[in-house]
Amino acid sequence: MVELTQEQIQKLKELGRSQKEKLLKMGEDFKEEVKKYKAAIYTCNATSCHSGGAASVIDAFKESLETMGLSQDVRMVCTGCMGLCATGPLARVEIKGREPFLYKEVTPDLARIIVSEHVAPALREGPDQPLRLSNYLKSKELSLQLPFFTKQRKIVLARLGHSDPENLGEYVATGGYQALMKCLEMKPEEVLDIIRKSGLRGRGGAGFPTARKWEMLAQAPLCDGEKFMVCNGDEGDPGAYMDSCILGGGAHAVLEGMMIGAYATGATSGWFYVRAEYPLAIERVELAIKQAKKYGILGKNIFGSDFSFMADLRYGAGAFVCGEETALLESLEGKRGTPHPRPPYPTQKGLFGKPTAINNVETLANVPPIILKGPEWFSEVGTATSKGTKVFALTGKVKHSGLVEVPMGTTVECMVNEIGGGTSSGKPFKAVQTGGPSGGVIPASHLDMPICYEELKKLGSMMGSGGMIVMDQDDSMVEIAKFYLNFTVDESCGKCAPCRIGGYQMLQLVKKIADGEGTQSDLKKIQEIGTAMKQAALCGLGQTAPNPVLSTIRFFYDEYESLIQQAQQKKAEKQKLQAEMSSLENEMKKLDERKPDSTVHSAACSGQCKKV
Amino acid sequence: MAENESQEKIKEDTQKLLTKWKNKRGALIMALHDIQGLFGYVPWEAMEVTAKEMGVPMARIYAVLTFYNYFKLKAPGKVIISVCDGTACHIKGAQGLLDAFYNCLGLKDGQTTEDGLFHLQVVRCLGCCGLAPVIVVNGKTYGKNTPADVQKIIAEWREKMAETQGV
Repeated sequence: MVELTQEQIQKLKELGRSQKEKLLKMGEDFKEEVKKYKAAIYTCNATSCHSGGAASVIDAFKESLETMGLSQDVRMVCTGCMGLCATGPLARVEIKGREPFLYKEVTPDLARIIVSEHVAPALREGPDQPLRLSNYLKSKELSLQLPFFTKQRKIVLARLGHSDPENLGEYVATGGYQALMKCLEMKPEEVLDIIRKSGLRGRGGAGFPTARKWEMLAQAPLCDGEKFMVCNGDEGDPGAYMDSCILGGGAHAVLEGMMIGAYATGATSGWFYVRAEYPLAIERVELAIKQAKKYGILGKNIFGSDFSFMADLRYGAGAFVCGEETALLESLEGKRGTPHPRPPYPTQKGLFGKPTAINNVETLANVPPIILKGPEWFSEVGTATSKGTKVFALTGKVKHSGLVEVPMGTTVECMVNEIGGGTSSGKPFKAVQTGGPSGGVIPASHLDMPICYEELKKLGSMMGSGGMIVMDQDDSMVEIAKFYLNFTVDESCGKCAPCRIGGYQMLQLVKKIADGEGTQSDLKKIQEIGTAMKQAALCGLGQTAPNPVLSTIRFFYDEYESLIQQAQQKKAEKQKLQAEMSSLENEMKKLDERKPDSTVHSAACSGQCKKV
Repeated sequence: MAENESQEKIKEDTQKLLTKWKNKRGALIMALHDIQGLFGYVPWEAMEVTAKEMGVPMARIYAVLTFYNYFKLKAPGKVIISVCDGTACHIKGAQGLLDAFYNCLGLKDGQTTEDGLFHLQVVRCLGCCGLAPVIVVNGKTYGKNTPADVQKIIAEWREKMAETQGV
């Protein structure tokens, strides 16, 4: 590296200070700009709503605002995820002096009607006149008083659905990068102290205290002048899309969290590792890095301080195991994503052999609000050991399927019946699955369980990244276990025998039971293999792969039992038939031996025929 | 399309594209992403150029390509059908959709029709679980599908391809 002279450093610092001013001004300008508008239409353009046709809805809104001459009065905002994905595309109308109004299942036609029959008259008549909406428009209202909205507590998702993720000015206007500015005026230890006091734990699943991970990195010496921060956005759990939405709804918050971590730990650069299947998240991270470079948020002597930092983006390529931190590092180095034993921990020897801290997307997104509002504000939310909130992708057979953020300690009952609105089929609720292929089921009998790291572990599941799949009475638990096991066997990297062989053998046994050919000893063998894998597998994927099977055996033993009993009955019937067959054959043989006397033969034959 | 491109053209294009990555650390996977983005798969010739330009043995490139689900070593069909079999889609009937595709096109996961028109792949979670079960065809998303929708989707794309490419 080229050493800079004192003079050059001073110049860089001056530049940094002016860039800070410019950035804050951008925020102020944005606030001024927004004041000009009388109303705003927020349209969700996250993955789900986008797939449902949000782009053409946005065009329809713009076009009809244009034709009605309202473009100057109404601000059009394409936002991140609004939450209730099952009823998308969603659009919210906010008119000054009136309550916000949320529309569901918006089509281009509905968008035009919203502008002509809701927005235009409301603006014309002023806020004092009551709104007269047609029955059709009323039928498309999604009440903001639904428990789905009122029971949530948004920290990480606060900006999603309320702001344009591509607008840096808007991010700054709502407090963006001010946590970083605040940190740069503190000592790194003070920053670590705030995170420690907040009780923030890793949101990727295992719940490792973030402050402790950062302390380990802070203590590790620089290696060839480098230390890294890595953001784990390899959300491989099928049925979970929180990280995708958090990044898609505003990657600046995650970048800011990463930079605060880097300042606290002395890291020199950062890497985002994002699934290739998430094009929107990738686009937003790319944009955030580009904007940050342009406005001097990334670079040397940031905001006139001694802190310098750069960030880069790498894609995953469809390997579930790469969510495991040591495998992720291999993949970041451009290799096959196979895990390796710890220690050495990544904080000692990580990316390119240099100290590295790997944090989940949601963990990093929690950091800026903690810095701005204080650790006490954060630790007031949640349970004694699990602080803050958790984002879940509530999916499966639930009425209000979508992205939700709730305080830790919220009960399963509240998640499924209040926020989720019960099962979509109306049939009795059977279980929820959390933690994806590494987690387990929570049966209906545990509905009162508060959701936090410890309670989930006690039940043989885990928090995981936040997938929560609701199942009703029609879903076979053996089938679900088979599904997940199939997945982990497919995704096993093959490096260690317990996972490679154990997983495969377990799957064969589960398939055997599901196909109605299992025995009690198969069930015992499954449990033995599962226990061995948990203890002997190299990485988290292998250690947790038996969880879906073991937990369904624990809570839905009767389903396995009844399949085995059916198999036994089937076997007994088969044996009985075989016995009958062989006795018949014997008799036939005997008769054949007496063949010369044909009259006896035919008589015996007709007798047998009757018997059969 | 890709398969008709001459080997020389593939080599040339790969070379151009690698200038962005060859001096960056650990950029092999990113380079392969770009190659697949350009050709729709990773052709053998592109692998050879990558090995030479980035100083990585062919064996390692092949090891990486076969480890990750995302990479394809053969040119897929013109219409790529991705059926999501993430958990939410699975419990909402993804298997029924796969069966329907099998019945209509005779395709299983990873297969291409003989005429090279349709390619079927099973993917895990596209991040729009609210629309489960989800099918994506050449970037267009179809949500809340039933097996009956499968026929409609196939017919729609057959027509579309006949119009644009005369297939």
